[in-house]
Amino acid sequence: MLEFLLSHYNYAIYIALMMIGLYAILARGNLVKKIIGLNILQTAVFLFYISIGKVDRGTVPVIWPAGERPPGFENVPYENPLPHVLMLTAIVVGVSVTAVALALIVRIKAAYGTVEEDEILEADELRDREGDA
Amino acid sequence: MDPLLVTIVNDLLLAILVGLAIASVRLPDLLGAVATLGAYSLVMAILWCRMNAVDVAFTEAAVGAGISTVLLLAAISRIGRHERRTPRTVASRGRSQLARFGAIVVCVVTAGALLYGTKDMPRVGDPSAPATTHPGVAVHYLTKSAGPEGEVGPPNVVTSVLGDYRSYDTLGETVVIFTAGLCVVLLLRQAQSVRRRRRAVEAGPELQR
Repeated sequence: MLEFLLSHYNYAIYIALMMIGLYAILARGNLVKKIIGLNILQTAVFLFYISIGKVDRGTVPVIWPAGERPPGFENVPYENPLPHVLMLTAIVVGVSVTAVALALIVRIKAAYGTVEEDEILEADELRDREGDA
Repeated sequence: MDPLLVTIVNDLLLAILVGLAIASVRLPDLLGAVATLGAYSLVMAILWCRMNAVDVAFTEAAVGAGISTVLLLAAISRIGRHERRTPRTVASRGRSQLARFGAIVVCVVTAGALLYGTKDMPRVGDPSAPATTHPGVAVHYLTKSAGPEGEVGPPNVVTSVLGDYRSYDTLGETVVIFTAGLCVVLLLRQAQSVRRRRRAVEAGPELQR
């Protein structure tokens, strides 16, 4: 049990980071805070993926020509490059999401005069009631 | 380097990450929260550099800590830097308390499910992990891509996978960036015209008087 905890506690920290982000998305009323939460959640998932590609004593996946590796490092393994590639794509897509979300927030601020979720909902309810009357 | 020292430094970085994430979520000043988020991204880049994911680390340092922060700052400069902390009405206070309670329940349940899922994960750095030993993917890229007789050529395997084996992914990514850029331009132009109309309406009665 102790051995399992010692070898798997990294995952618990990644999950803690993800939950901090998820909590901000769900509980925070300010829309910018929700975006900050989204960024934290996203980056924690990236960290999880990168850790999947980690190999003990591994090195950067840049291949040495055969027989030219520095002495003493002939048998050092390379890290798994696949998670790195996937996360490179995901980082850029994440920034695109952030950009669109922020543009929407600026648009909401222009239309409602606020970026607090409850005030936006109140304004919507008020408008609906006026529409009924 | 001594493996124990590596572990200690990595754990220290992880602890800093958790602290920065909590600070970024809790700070009422949005400017401070964004600055903290930038620091979080930068520490994350350092950690990835230590995990030998150098390509991801410099992309995070440039894009995550750089462009994201600039975008957030630009948005804050338009919408004001202070988060309203006190609920305005009794009803909205009840609603925000309910939202907070619901969020905690969702987070605890999700965290429990994810923790249960890690039971079957290999430990971090396990050289015999399935993701690392699968002959069709990682092993193939590492052994066949580089060199004059290789399938692609460049010594950096990440470059080979990004630009060759998975080039359709990269094409899709470019499409996503293009679409997002288009959306941002259209939304901001609309916001500008809405603001102008609002100002005209507010100034309207005074002009009539």
